[in-house]
Amino acid sequence: MAPRALRSVPPTAWIGMALIALNLLMFLLGPELAPFGQEETVGAPFDPPSAGHLLGLDQNGRDMLSRLLYGARMSIGVSLAAVALSFSLGVPLGILAAIRGRAVDTVLSRVVDTVMSVPVLISALVVLQALGSSLPVLIVTIGLLDSTRVFRLSRIVAQGINAMEYAEVARLRGEGLGWMIGREILPNAMPPLVAEFGLRFCFTFLFVAGLSYLGLGVQPPFADWGGMVRDNQQGILYGLYAPLFPAAAIALLTIGVNLVVDWLLAGRTTVQGENR
Amino acid sequence: MSRLILGRLAWGLLTLWLVSVLVFAGTELLPGDVAAAILGQNATPESLAALREELGLNAPALQRYVAWLLGFLHGDLGESLANRTPVAELLWPRFGNTMALAAYAAVVAVPLAVTLGILSAVRRGSLFDRGANVIALATVSLPEYFLGLLLILLLSVRTGLLPSLANTYEGMGFLAWLQATTLPMIVLTLVTVAQIMRMTRTAVLGVMDQPFIEMAYLKGLRNGRVVLRHAVPNAAAPIVNVVAFNIAYLITGVVLVEAVFNYNGLGRFMVDAVSKRDLPMVQGAAMVFAAVYVLLNMTADIAAIALNPRLRHPRAKEA
Amino acid sequence: MSAPRDSVLAIRDLRVVAPNGAVLVDGISLDLPRGEILGLIGESGAGKSTIGLAAMGYGRGGCRIAGGRIELAGTELTASSRPVREAMRGARIAYVAQSAAAAFDPAMRLDRQILETPLQHGLMSAAEARDWMVELFRALQLPDPEGFGRRYPHQVSGGQLQRAMMAMAMSGKPDVLVLDEPTTALDVTTQVEVLALLRDTIRRYGTSALYITHDLAVVAQLADRLMVLRHGREVESGTTAEVLESPREDYTRRLVAERRESLAPAAGVRHDAGETVLDLRNVDAGYGGSLVLQDVSLSVRRGETLAVVGESGSGKSTLARLVAGLLPPARGVVDFRGRPLPGSYRDRDLAGLKSIQMIYQLPDVALNPRQTVGEAIGRPLAFYRGLRGAARREEVARLLALIGLPGDFADRLPGALSGGQNQRVCIARALAAEPDLLICDEVTSALDPLIAEDILRLLRRLQDELGMTYLFITHDLSVVRRLADRTVVMQKGRIVEEGPTATLFETPRAAYTRTLLDSVPELRRDWLDGVLARRVR
Repeated sequence: MAPRALRSVPPTAWIGMALIALNLLMFLLGPELAPFGQEETVGAPFDPPSAGHLLGLDQNGRDMLSRLLYGARMSIGVSLAAVALSFSLGVPLGILAAIRGRAVDTVLSRVVDTVMSVPVLISALVVLQALGSSLPVLIVTIGLLDSTRVFRLSRIVAQGINAMEYAEVARLRGEGLGWMIGREILPNAMPPLVAEFGLRFCFTFLFVAGLSYLGLGVQPPFADWGGMVRDNQQGILYGLYAPLFPAAAIALLTIGVNLVVDWLLAGRTTVQGENR
Repeated sequence: MSRLILGRLAWGLLTLWLVSVLVFAGTELLPGDVAAAILGQNATPESLAALREELGLNAPALQRYVAWLLGFLHGDLGESLANRTPVAELLWPRFGNTMALAAYAAVVAVPLAVTLGILSAVRRGSLFDRGANVIALATVSLPEYFLGLLLILLLSVRTGLLPSLANTYEGMGFLAWLQATTLPMIVLTLVTVAQIMRMTRTAVLGVMDQPFIEMAYLKGLRNGRVVLRHAVPNAAAPIVNVVAFNIAYLITGVVLVEAVFNYNGLGRFMVDAVSKRDLPMVQGAAMVFAAVYVLLNMTADIAAIALNPRLRHPRAKEA
Repeated sequence: MSAPRDSVLAIRDLRVVAPNGAVLVDGISLDLPRGEILGLIGESGAGKSTIGLAAMGYGRGGCRIAGGRIELAGTELTASSRPVREAMRGARIAYVAQSAAAAFDPAMRLDRQILETPLQHGLMSAAEARDWMVELFRALQLPDPEGFGRRYPHQVSGGQLQRAMMAMAMSGKPDVLVLDEPTTALDVTTQVEVLALLRDTIRRYGTSALYITHDLAVVAQLADRLMVLRHGREVESGTTAEVLESPREDYTRRLVAERRESLAPAAGVRHDAGETVLDLRNVDAGYGGSLVLQDVSLSVRRGETLAVVGESGSGKSTLARLVAGLLPPARGVVDFRGRPLPGSYRDRDLAGLKSIQMIYQLPDVALNPRQTVGEAIGRPLAFYRGLRGAARREEVARLLALIGLPGDFADRLPGALSGGQNQRVCIARALAAEPDLLICDEVTSALDPLIAEDILRLLRRLQDELGMTYLFITHDLSVVRRLADRTVVMQKGRIVEEGPTATLFETPRAAYTRTLLDSVPELRRDWLDGVLARRVR
């Protein structure tokens, strides 16, 4: 990026990028950076923060900071895997529906409309009831449910591009599906899809954490942020901050992504009457 | 226009039916044996077979689905596997509780959020607008339990202003109920106000780049009048959609809030049922949640059709 | 400021700057005496709309008045507060936009929008304002003047809506009107009546006006004086007669010459036409249940140009889509080079697709913004002709040279090129397929006159050098005059007349053709009166 373009990045976006970078670091190196093990009991339950334990101890006397660092890999990893799944499914199908139209589009869109007419949380609970909660079930369920939203966006974006005359020129030339998707549609669909990736990640991340908070997501003994809030929740009644640390970690990453997406999406709309 | 509305109603009914298929398929056809789930560790092949027979699990799926749907239409939601009580008896009171909490939050949140959204569109770029935008962005990002726990710490544990748990019971006074549910209401309001406000602002500003808005300014109209008389009426349909979407969210998003405050609503009921793998209870709760969601979205779409001037005043009148 | 005493609007050294720092208008000074019409002439980007809006103290899209003075009816606008400027707008100076369909609020009845100006500014009582509005409706010859205002914008036709916008502008009895291309979006036959009503209304109430347009012939009918603009600066100004008859600057001379040439009698272009390439017999086509084309028969021969002219809704673009294979015919026969042409492009083989190429109205939308010029032109070379590597690069360079663009443009993206350059790239892309028939769908309509003339010249040269065959779809009769061997006139989906271009222009047989030809504005100042006189007869 040119220095001039860098200067036009607003401070909120810088904060967002810093938060994302920090979380990425925790995701990649968390367990290596943790001073203690995730299952290691190092003191009394709910010990307040001290020099040795910057964030204090949890309800079982384990080091909160270490568990947060371990939990990063689980919380972020599950969401990333689910979003990756939803995009690798939703984007091709959405574009296919837009290009092929007719029967393919009708069938796919009806299925997606029906799935989307049930709240995601309710659908997820129904599946978890039937299959029980395990990491693969969690990732596949959320990925599939979320792919409906990715499908819908990709379809609309691709329809818009497919209606452009340059796409018509390619069709009239006799181009096949591969060229249409790879050369005409995808390159022009990237900006909205990138922003959507951020938003879907936020949603999935909060969703996984929420399920874990309800006791239906990532199961012990793995540390994950949502589950840590649930485990330490009682502490709040004694005026302790313990459950707020993992909750704040969840919030910070979401805020970070939202700030960056907000910046990516800004400036798309013009407004009349600015200088009147 | 009435044809469009009738079409939307028919589509709503069709969706409800499709949803029932989905819920049934999700609960009964996915691998995972209900009988095994009930008997757990103690299952012997004989007891499993007997229970399957008793639950009618050996019948073809289609037959079971029809029986289930017919029962449902007559208000028979089946019996809880855990304690053999009719699901309907357990479900409806809790559904009432959830609706009450959602209504409480909606009554506060919707007018507040729409007003703030329009105000921030009127004064776009101002300190108020930018501040509201950042705060809204932050609140949208905060998980319900973070806000809930923070508020419990501040308003309950530290100051004792409000109870930390939302204990409600049959026949409690209105004021007592209000006091008990105010903390969860605030959390729900915070989360939805931010959403509705941001989306209302976007909807209004989406209209603001239209040439007829510039024309209104060029007629010498003041900013407030341009936004209120020309932008907002044209943004009405998306705003109604935003509101409906968020009320639907209130009703399902309430699951997490009920867990934080231990509120005796349908969300917690369903989470408990899922943990116990109590199939009929999960089916009942899922159908009720889905039905409310479908109905709300349908209402919003019909409102949007009714608000469209092109459909309200068809061209035919000209001839 | 030393404005003439009777000047209602005086601008001195106006400078307007865009948010990105670009100077849109610089050093513009003008005086508008009471009751006079000043025409602002220029191509897109000349700054004429920016000046018109600046006269209202308004900057579009974040543009800012960075310098100069604007005195409107005795009030200096640039230094005054927002409430003062708001009080002037609508009351002393009012705006008429190009597209009335976009400028009216779709959710509000017309009368409420029109009465908003006088009532919000407190200029008259509600009853007075309503009476005045009805008088304006009557003056603008709108149907049912008493009841017209109760309609919503989507319930009236385009020409009526444009007149309703004039009524809205006049509703506050302003001293000055800013008319920003008020008839450009209308069909030529509609344009004549709207133009006449605009002129009569302005004259009757003694209003002054800035008339903004790119069309010299249109403005010649109304303006007392003209100012020619280019790149935000004044080229020259004078009375309408002076500028049109003895332009001082070279740029003005080119503009006038282009317009005169476009109005010259049809040259009678006549190529030695070869075998029949395309043959349509009794073709019907349409969308859903309604037919857009009815009983259309025509043929195109190798090496000639067949023009299809008509107004919006005539079905001419549908005809282009039909030939391209985007809309299969409902009935009738389409033959291409002696063999039946499959209705849908999906059923045509590669040779068939290759032999019919199309050029569009909007070059920026017809080129993929993520593909370089070289990729765009190179793809048909690889796809149809199997050219690879150096051979392909050489052929791209040859095509670029052929259409008059430098070879290094191959590495540029369409976003870095101008509209005219992009249209050349589209032509090169079509040539790369070596087609037997080139469909040109309104290819010059979105371009400025001088650029459009260059494109027409290029198309003509390609025809002479390569023997190209064109099916030329357009609403612009001046383009037809200059390019077509034969012409087909369409109205409401049917062909009303067909013949050699020169014959058709000189002795039109169909009444509709006569009206159409008659409606094309000419540079003569008395043209409008002449047309009106002939219409009454």
